[in-house]
Amino acid sequence: MNPVTRITSRTAVLVDENIDTDRIIPARFLTTTTREGLGQRCFNDWRYLADGSDNPEFPLNRPEAKGCAILVAGRNFGCGSSREHAPWALLDYGIKAVLCSEIADIFRNNALKNGLVAIVLTADENRWLLAHPGIELTVDVAGQFIALPDGTRMHFTLEPFARHCLLEGVDQLGYLLQRSDAITRYEHQEHAA
Amino acid sequence: MSKTLFEKIWDAHVVAPETADTPATLYIDLHLVHEVTSPQAFDELRARGIKLRRPERTLATLDHSTPTLPPDATGERPYGTPAAKAQVAQLEKNTSAFGVTLHGWNSANRGIVHVIGPELGATQPGMTIVCGDSHTSTHGAFGALAFGIGTTEVGHVLATQCLLQRKPKTLAIVVDGKLPDGVAAKDLILHIIGVIGINGGTGHVIEYRGAAIEALTMEERMTVCNMSIEAGARAGLIAPDATTFAWLKGRPRAPQGADWDAAVAHWKQLHTDPGAHYDREVHIDAADVVPTVTWGTHPGTAIAMNAPVPAPRNAVDQRAQTYMHSVPGKPMQGTPVNVVFVGSCTNARLSDLRVAARILRGRHIATGIRMLVVPGSEQVRHDAEAEGLHQVFLAAGAEWRLPGCSMCIAMNGDSAKPGELVVSTSNRNFEGRQGKGVRTVLASPATAAASAVAGVIADPREYLKEAAA
Ligand code: SF4
Repeated sequence: MNPVTRITSRTAVLVDENIDTDRIIPARFLTTTTREGLGQRCFNDWRYLADGSDNPEFPLNRPEAKGCAILVAGRNFGCGSSREHAPWALLDYGIKAVLCSEIADIFRNNALKNGLVAIVLTADENRWLLAHPGIELTVDVAGQFIALPDGTRMHFTLEPFARHCLLEGVDQLGYLLQRSDAITRYEHQEHAA
Repeated sequence: MSKTLFEKIWDAHVVAPETADTPATLYIDLHLVHEVTSPQAFDELRARGIKLRRPERTLATLDHSTPTLPPDATGERPYGTPAAKAQVAQLEKNTSAFGVTLHGWNSANRGIVHVIGPELGATQPGMTIVCGDSHTSTHGAFGALAFGIGTTEVGHVLATQCLLQRKPKTLAIVVDGKLPDGVAAKDLILHIIGVIGINGGTGHVIEYRGAAIEALTMEERMTVCNMSIEAGARAGLIAPDATTFAWLKGRPRAPQGADWDAAVAHWKQLHTDPGAHYDREVHIDAADVVPTVTWGTHPGTAIAMNAPVPAPRNAVDQRAQTYMHSVPGKPMQGTPVNVVFVGSCTNARLSDLRVAARILRGRHIATGIRMLVVPGSEQVRHDAEAEGLHQVFLAAGAEWRLPGCSMCIAMNGDSAKPGELVVSTSNRNFEGRQGKGVRTVLASPATAAASAVAGVIADPREYLKEAAA
């Protein structure tokens, strides 16, 4: 994973609540055996009309949402399945951070493992951001704050290890492999018991 | 010190405890693998030149992308797409290259990953079990700590048999009393999710307790634990008891002989001690539960089928009601149905098929309705056919398919058409889950069968009464 320290972008907003992983990437696109290219299918059934053209009703299709790397969503984003294809699709689509008042556990975990900064805000902060689409924010992972255009800050907390991994680009599998001796000890003791 | 069931399992699997800076390293006893969430993980191992740490603790099957119609005369299976076929071939290749047991096309034990784990006796009390699939919570019915993981973590477990995890919180759901006649475990779990909400369990492991839970069969317990994730929970747990031990005894991967006695003695310790503390507790009265369905586009919209659909509270509810064509003030009961699906890891075990067959025996599904019955595994298919259940389904006008996830996730080509309403025994009614524009109503197998006969969403209790008479 490449280090992620700071993201500056205008926000794109999806006010819907409970945006589930099937909406982020419908299951019929999960037959892939790679991680690449899923951005084209991100929000597929919401984003495109039946004839394959862009759905003008889909908020991220509006001209002002183009190129936005920060997504603000209504509560309980990412509920549903454990498919890591959801953060892969969002990243490939150009989203680098998701801001929401509640984020489903597995999605959040998958997102952070891929360098998609999933941030939980208070309900009030989230409501405010939902009501102000398109403003420019800076997400500072080291400082754990979001800087607003007027200079005020919203503070957030990331799980310390996830934050460390984002900042340093830590290879988590490498980290686990280094614990091999402890794992072997555990396995012996388990057999002895 | 008094501990909850969750804490006992957690503590027994800590390789390195968590600190302020780092999560715990948690040992995983059993890793279940299927074709959809594993290819990128095997690729990662290949790229790094590493092997599986414990291939014998890994068990693979084919279920999500697999066709449920039989092969043609040349033996060619009717895959939905070339990509689906390639994905299956990839798992066959990966399991053989890395030395993992695969219950593939030629296995008499192939089936939905959460159906075959218990069936084989691979799922056992006190274990930690993971799979790249959120409904891994099903295995919690045996008193195992079982949860879904993403593909990166699938790679972690393949390579190290461990995961980096923060300890979740605990939520006790105490179900007192007795479920009324004709009310299923599916109705109970839909009711619970309706009460606590689709995010009511986020960050928590649920332990289901109380007289109504203890009275459930193993298959019913699996239905309940299966849908824990639909309330946002990491996992669902039920303490193992005599029902659990009786169900597991003699299964191929269960301990045998003296090992069995030792295992049972150990499993009997796996319960929450008196005085142990949960972070939260919710009480449910089983007597309140009636046949339950959903009106919206997530499982939290569960209501009694005869209760009026609520007025929309906001634009989100509005959107869901527009999508579903559900009408505030009107009950879901009586809504015209196009397709009925009996299947999935929630409700495709033998007892589910039996109850559906009980309603369909001597009856025919309504004109214009399409009904698919998809057994959860080859074993379930075999047992159902031995009892002649397939004859009942076929005589009633339903289709009898090969095992797989099928229309639960609609990625193998089994799907409904845009706008169609499906009464489904699966676990997710998200927009497009069963095909683009398809409207899903979640229900029990009995409700599904009754609705197929009636052609509208129907209360199964009348049909069950007549079937018994
Ligand atoms: S039956 Fe449905 S929920 Fe269960 S594993 Fe298959 S796709 Fe997932």
